[in-house]
Amino acid sequence: MSGRAFNRHGVRAIYRFEMARFRRTLWQSVATPVITTSLYFVVFGAAIGSRMTQVQGVPYGAFIVPGLVMLSLFTQSILNASFGIHFPKFIGTIYEILSAPISPLEIVLGYVGAAATKSVMLGLTILATAALFVPLHILHPGWMVGFLVLTAASFSLFGFIIGIWAQNFEQMQVIPMLIITPLTFLGGTFYSIDMLPPFWRTVTLFNPLVYLISGFRWSFYGASDVGVRVSLAMTLGFLLVCLAVVAWIFRTGYRLKN
Amino acid sequence: MHGAMSTILSIANLSKTYASGLTALNNVSLDIRKGEIFALLGPNGAGKTTLIGIACGIVTPSGGSVTADGHDVVRDYRAARAKIGLVPQELSTDAFETVQATVRLSRGLFGRPPDPARIEQVLRDLSLWDKRNDQIKTLSGGMKRRVMIAKALSHEPQILFLDEPTAGVDVELRRDMWGLVRRLRDSGVTVILTTHYIDEAEEMADRIGVINKGSLILVEEKAALMKKLGRKQLTLHLQQALPAVPAELGGWNLQLRSAGEELEYSFDAAAEDTGVPALLKRLGELGIGFKDLNTRQSSLEEIFVGLVSARAGAGA
Repeated sequence: MSGRAFNRHGVRAIYRFEMARFRRTLWQSVATPVITTSLYFVVFGAAIGSRMTQVQGVPYGAFIVPGLVMLSLFTQSILNASFGIHFPKFIGTIYEILSAPISPLEIVLGYVGAAATKSVMLGLTILATAALFVPLHILHPGWMVGFLVLTAASFSLFGFIIGIWAQNFEQMQVIPMLIITPLTFLGGTFYSIDMLPPFWRTVTLFNPLVYLISGFRWSFYGASDVGVRVSLAMTLGFLLVCLAVVAWIFRTGYRLKN
Repeated sequence: MHGAMSTILSIANLSKTYASGLTALNNVSLDIRKGEIFALLGPNGAGKTTLIGIACGIVTPSGGSVTADGHDVVRDYRAARAKIGLVPQELSTDAFETVQATVRLSRGLFGRPPDPARIEQVLRDLSLWDKRNDQIKTLSGGMKRRVMIAKALSHEPQILFLDEPTAGVDVELRRDMWGLVRRLRDSGVTVILTTHYIDEAEEMADRIGVINKGSLILVEEKAALMKKLGRKQLTLHLQQALPAVPAELGGWNLQLRSAGEELEYSFDAAAEDTGVPALLKRLGELGIGFKDLNTRQSSLEEIFVGLVSARAGAGA
């Protein structure tokens, strides 16, 4: 390998290694979110949704599909990526990553790329599951894939940061469980924020996940709580903030090097 | 012969002070020659692992520099690290992976394209080929140590760091490791090992460095070190026990052992005049007979303990 060449073999090795781990735990990785999503459809889509009118001109069962995909995408991206980097830290094999001729960008590409791939595959699986319950129509498939990939990448990057920050497995669970899941529920997964009283609607606009869910829903139905450009800008902004934090971690060696 | 060798790893004025205030390395400079086996000796906490950590990019130095085959390990880390393999002290392995998968990962990380033949060769050399599809968690401690060596060798490094390579392994595996290290050296790999086992350094090393409290006390050819610092003991098994060392023998460094039945004389083996002929002559004059005699050279361990103790005494 020459001095400045991109270490593509290194990126590929990490990516393949992580994807192999995913294949070993395929049942847990896919079955759990699919079963959970199916339960949401049974409860919210069939039991409660049958008594509700349309939301933004979309039957309620179909309305919640993008939100449910995002809910799984947020949590699974974080869990996959945080586990991917935290496990080598925990068992000590991180020494090999740190002593290899591989740049921070390449390490991130390998780990975050694998985590994002798993999340996208999961998102598509949940969509396929949803199609069994409600008729799905995707107005802007290109944008839908774009939001799916961008969100998976952003939250995988966020998970990578959490995996480095966390000093044990309990800490790793804190942010997805105590912050992301509540924000997703309060971010318009099961309702349009237009249905809220004005005060709470304003409060909700401070929840960044509103923009991601809204943009993704727009790609399905052409209707959204906030403008699609704002949604896209928020998603890209979150991605850039995560990238900046990762760059700082590698520059300072925060919780990676002594 | 060694004088003609070029330097492959150069450490210059290296220092490391941790955030806790602990100074692990204090202005260490050292050149490692291409193709040699260099043993770094030192007590726990001497700075050995920190030194290796900096050379490999795991620890950030506070000052100084390290170059591997001319490449700075910080500024030109890609080229430098590609030359280095590391077997750390801790048995850190991915328990759920197979032997082959983890070795393949190591090769890729170091920028090398997949090469099943090379991986097979490394695994066969380390008697791991039959275990290639086994999960690492099913292997014994000795086998896990081999896996770590296989990972370090998978990218064909020119410099190999072995941090306490035989800690906790059985005698047979230790001998195997020593054989492996020699084969690596014969194939042109430079080996730098840290060890607590002095006999390991004595058995294998071409040169020895002694580090204590973050400072390099000395660097010396092993043979020269043994010659220069090695003391010899002459033990005389007396025909009749002596109650005390006679005053007439005060000019020699003598001690009585075994209830006065053995007289031990310590002397500098490298000295021009060891004092042995004069002592034997004087004993004859005094009528002190002996049944047998033997000599013994100081081990490297005794030299090492002497050096570290002397340093501690000087610092006190």
